[in-house]
Amino acid sequence: MAEIPHLLVHNRRDNVGVVVVENLEANTNMLCCITEDNSTFRLTSKMDVPIGHKIALLDLKSGETATKYGEDIGKIVTDVAQGDHVHTHNCKTKRW
Amino acid sequence: MSLGYEGRKIMGYRREEGRVGVRNHVLILPLDDISNAACEAVANNIKGTIAIPHAYGRLQFGEDLELHFKTIIGTGSNPNIAACVVIGIEPGWTQRVVDGIAATGKPVEGFSIEQNGDLKTIMNASRAAKEMVHYATEIQREECDISELWISTKCGESDTTTGLGANPTVGNMYDKLLPVGITGCFGETSEITGAEHICRRRAVNEEVGDRWYKMWKTYQDEVIFAHQTDDLSDSQPTKGNITGGLTTIEEKALGNLEKIGRTSMYKEILGPAETPNSGEGLYFMDSSSAAAECVTIMAAGGFVIHTFPTGQGNVIGHPIVPVIKITANPRTIRTMSEHIDVDVSGILRREMTIDQAGDVLIEMICRTANGRNTAAEALGHREFSMTKLYRSA
Repeated sequence: MAEIPHLLVHNRRDNVGVVVVENLEANTNMLCCITEDNSTFRLTSKMDVPIGHKIALLDLKSGETATKYGEDIGKIVTDVAQGDHVHTHNCKTKRW
Repeated sequence: MSLGYEGRKIMGYRREEGRVGVRNHVLILPLDDISNAACEAVANNIKGTIAIPHAYGRLQFGEDLELHFKTIIGTGSNPNIAACVVIGIEPGWTQRVVDGIAATGKPVEGFSIEQNGDLKTIMNASRAAKEMVHYATEIQREECDISELWISTKCGESDTTTGLGANPTVGNMYDKLLPVGITGCFGETSEITGAEHICRRRAVNEEVGDRWYKMWKTYQDEVIFAHQTDDLSDSQPTKGNITGGLTTIEEKALGNLEKIGRTSMYKEILGPAETPNSGEGLYFMDSSSAAAECVTIMAAGGFVIHTFPTGQGNVIGHPIVPVIKITANPRTIRTMSEHIDVDVSGILRREMTIDQAGDVLIEMICRTANGRNTAAEALGHREFSMTKLYRSA
């Protein structure tokens, strides 16, 4: 891959991806890569997001399940727009 | 894939009972907290020895006391130990530790402080330790098979890059080396929460999976739910995990399980600090997810090399087991490179495959087994933390 990806997604079923570059800014036309099959797509970031943090791949409504590794990683608790930062402010565990 | 490592040799220390060590320590081992000072004095007197002070050993009882003995005896029995001096406040429990370690056939001597005082104990123990250093330093490394290595794993200060890069690297190593015949170990009971359905399926058969699930559920009910004052959102994931982008325990657990790769299955469940006794293969040890506690009981179980993937940069080491640090986080490489042995950040840039990263880790395991000091060893990280089950009497 000549261009370094900005965002990695584990699984085709996922609705969040992980920022893998430092200093990602809002309105970046991100190269996104799905690691299970190496396929790529483009998505625009809506905000500055730190390395390691997640971005929504599509609009997510409160009450929906966040999916990563193709598995349930918790529930969305505030509506999230595609390209937004997904973290503890809008996503919570279903476990504790 | 695994065929590439069949017959691979490393240079290790063949111990009396047949196991292979990769370090050659003379250990000065306190039975209890109040013997730490004497042990540290002996280690200061006799160059080439190492003392491992710790916080417990008095008025423990029941299962908690048994775990204490298992941890102390297991650490002294580890194949990375050439010989061992044990010091305790009184002779009874001291002798129990000496007898436990002596079962391996390695030289061990016990000293107790009551009726002698620190100074006489330190003098006598120092003389014994000096003889052990002469003995240990004449032992030569010899050719051993890679399959004789016991390699444990636990990750720490994880972030999302851990699940993308460093943990799959360890998983790839296990997928390649377990078929060759190594003995492996993973654990971190509380950190499987959210991926327990997957972990249960990774047992060699349903019966082992059911027992694993029961163990996990008991921990959830009797420890987590019995003691929580709030939800665990600030402890699991930790503050460091959250800074690194991990949001929930489910997300952390799914990343954690990447350490057992794609094909590896665990054959048995070990209690804390328990030594496997059903041969080669992968084991799950019921263990805390706190780094030092987990590495300490895995070392006490007999594992001689520990692979430690990290995201945000955990700095842990162990007194007698080399801890190999692996990270995929480029920021951690930039800011904390002195702590990292294996850089797999190329995975995030899609310049390195998981398969290539696994090979790089295996090379580092061989070099470490042959004698290369890890970052943690060079920096003097010697964390040794007992797992305590409940309050002492």
